Amino acid sequence: MSIYRTHILVPVDEGTVQAGVFEVKRRLEQKITEQGLGNEVKVVESGTVGIVGKGVILVVYPERMYYTNVRPGDVSLIVEEHLLKGRIPPTLKYASLDIQGGLKSLHNTGLTREQKRVVLDKSWKMSPEDIREVLATGGYKAVEKIFTEKMTPEAVIDLIKQSGLRGRGGAGFPTGLKWEATRKAAGDQKYIICNADEGEPGTFKDRLILEGDPHKLIEAMVIGGYAIGATKGYIYVRGEYGLSIQRMQQAIDQAREYSLLGPSVLETGFAFDLQIKIGAGAYICGDETALIESLEGKRGNPRIKPPYPVTNGLWQMPTAVNNVETLANIPEIVNRGAAWFRTMGTDKCSGTKVFTILGHVEQPGLIEVEMGTPLREIIFAYGGGVAGGKKFKAALLGGASGVFLPEKLLDVHMDFESLKENKAVLGSGAVLVMNEATSIPDMLFSILKFYAHETCGQCAPCRIGTHQLLQLAWKLREGQGRVEDIDTMLNLAETMQRTSLCPLGQSVVAPVKSAIDNFRDEFERAAGHSEIS
Amino acid sequence: MKKDMNTHEILQKYGKDAENLLALLHELQNTHEQHYLSAENLAAAAAHMGLTEGYVYGVASFYTMFSLKPRGRHIVRVCQSPPCHLMGSTDVARELIKVLGVSFGETTADGQFSLEMSSCLGVCGVAPAMMVDDEVYGNLSASRVHEIIEDLRRVK
Repeated sequence: MSIYRTHILVPVDEGTVQAGVFEVKRRLEQKITEQGLGNEVKVVESGTVGIVGKGVILVVYPERMYYTNVRPGDVSLIVEEHLLKGRIPPTLKYASLDIQGGLKSLHNTGLTREQKRVVLDKSWKMSPEDIREVLATGGYKAVEKIFTEKMTPEAVIDLIKQSGLRGRGGAGFPTGLKWEATRKAAGDQKYIICNADEGEPGTFKDRLILEGDPHKLIEAMVIGGYAIGATKGYIYVRGEYGLSIQRMQQAIDQAREYSLLGPSVLETGFAFDLQIKIGAGAYICGDETALIESLEGKRGNPRIKPPYPVTNGLWQMPTAVNNVETLANIPEIVNRGAAWFRTMGTDKCSGTKVFTILGHVEQPGLIEVEMGTPLREIIFAYGGGVAGGKKFKAALLGGASGVFLPEKLLDVHMDFESLKENKAVLGSGAVLVMNEATSIPDMLFSILKFYAHETCGQCAPCRIGTHQLLQLAWKLREGQGRVEDIDTMLNLAETMQRTSLCPLGQSVVAPVKSAIDNFRDEFERAAGHSEIS
Repeated sequence: MKKDMNTHEILQKYGKDAENLLALLHELQNTHEQHYLSAENLAAAAAHMGLTEGYVYGVASFYTMFSLKPRGRHIVRVCQSPPCHLMGSTDVARELIKVLGVSFGETTADGQFSLEMSSCLGVCGVAPAMMVDDEVYGNLSASRVHEIIEDLRRVK
């Protein structure tokens, strides 16, 4: 294998594909060959770097130079000036507008600021489409370790329990306990399911993991399967995620070729295989019991709990359902130990968290930082602050089932406990920033519209409640509401919380209550427009 | 897409277990000229898997991605989730209604476009966004929407 002086990473994700990444890549390779740099510079297709909405991105190593909004016409300049002559072309835009050429500052500005990457660690350092690169960068080492060190399933579960890893899908349930319960449950056949039905508005972390490092998920599921005693695993991916499905399938095929999946994983006699199941557009299927129903080929109606999937899951067999991000932590915990994992995050919430920063910010995108990072740092240091010099008004944390957080809570730490103390939730890690011009009643209307569309209709409180709430919010928004409607909305949402069958109906109260509690005057003003009141 | 593949061939690719129903419905819809599941499709899927037609209808009508009525050549899906709403998806939606001359859930008279709402497309960094067939378009404005539709109209 030859040694290259420079590597150029070409992140391929939905955004860069749309911006024409393949044409840029083709030109880049062509130009490099033309300039005789073919033996010195290597172009590598990689997963996302977390910067979105900035067109085609190139990252040049070892300088760690970011080019954003690269057009095919820019390629000659980059090759001739940067790669050939070592000069950075000043005319091209960089990741952050305030970077003035200086290479050092690139490490510490906005989205390129230093992060703590565990789950997304490798997604942009190698090609997710080539298992040889994955193996060369330490992929599947954790599986190897478990078998060479003859770790028992119990030992694996113990390790995960000690690491303190908690589910990243929103609920924060300890992963080790879930696995232990599944292992101990009686059943001839057990299953592990990866919940990749990422539908929480404002969340796309799982998509980037699926696209950027699909092998890490396979590795985690092999380990999980071994730990709980499952021989079969499913990855339930939402139907809208075309590239994720394609990359994941390719990775599974490659893993089978290398005997990392199949009748005898690494010739140890342990049988484990994976299959992708594709969703068809239903937010409710993000709930683990609805997901299981859907996987069985039914309507995605949630089941009544208990019993829980750990005892009565897929086809009533013991099943562990884990979120993509949760699973992506597993290999590194096995490789580096529980103590290492606990050095990150807080006491009760170890490790890292992936956040998506959106809305009225300078640099929308995705970061991975330690659990417990202050919200202010996420929005202002990583997201570059509120766009266009406007004032901050609120942040919606955790998507549609999340809460509106006002300015006075900007210093809250982003971990399960701290947020709970402030009546907020971490949810999926989406941080939607709203500037001073945003109407909170209008945003709540949008959220309720979402709920009214996504309710599965199975239980009455949710089926009727979501539509009643939407109607009240619509009236307020149109200036036809009454002041009493505000409390009616609260009352309805609280009733839904107590009486709905599943987390969808139960969580409507979060956005409704936080919007009204923190911005009541705005609702009253909206109601005040009405002549009826 | 293999438009010429007939229903029978598709059915044979899938086992008779109900767990394959969603995948089968996806393929039947994708290969249908009008991008939808016809009554014949549903009946064939039911017969193949030994399920009742009512059951299959129940499943097909549950999921947003399945359509039970004929759709246009291009399917325009506008993201209506809160992040896109915040960044101006209402204007995008209004512009599309104007440009296409149809409301959400309808198909243009020439059979070229169907306009649909969509929940989060997962590309919130470039909100507001929409998807036309398999392609995602982000950072939309009224004028950009115009351009995209005009471009699609030209490549008939």
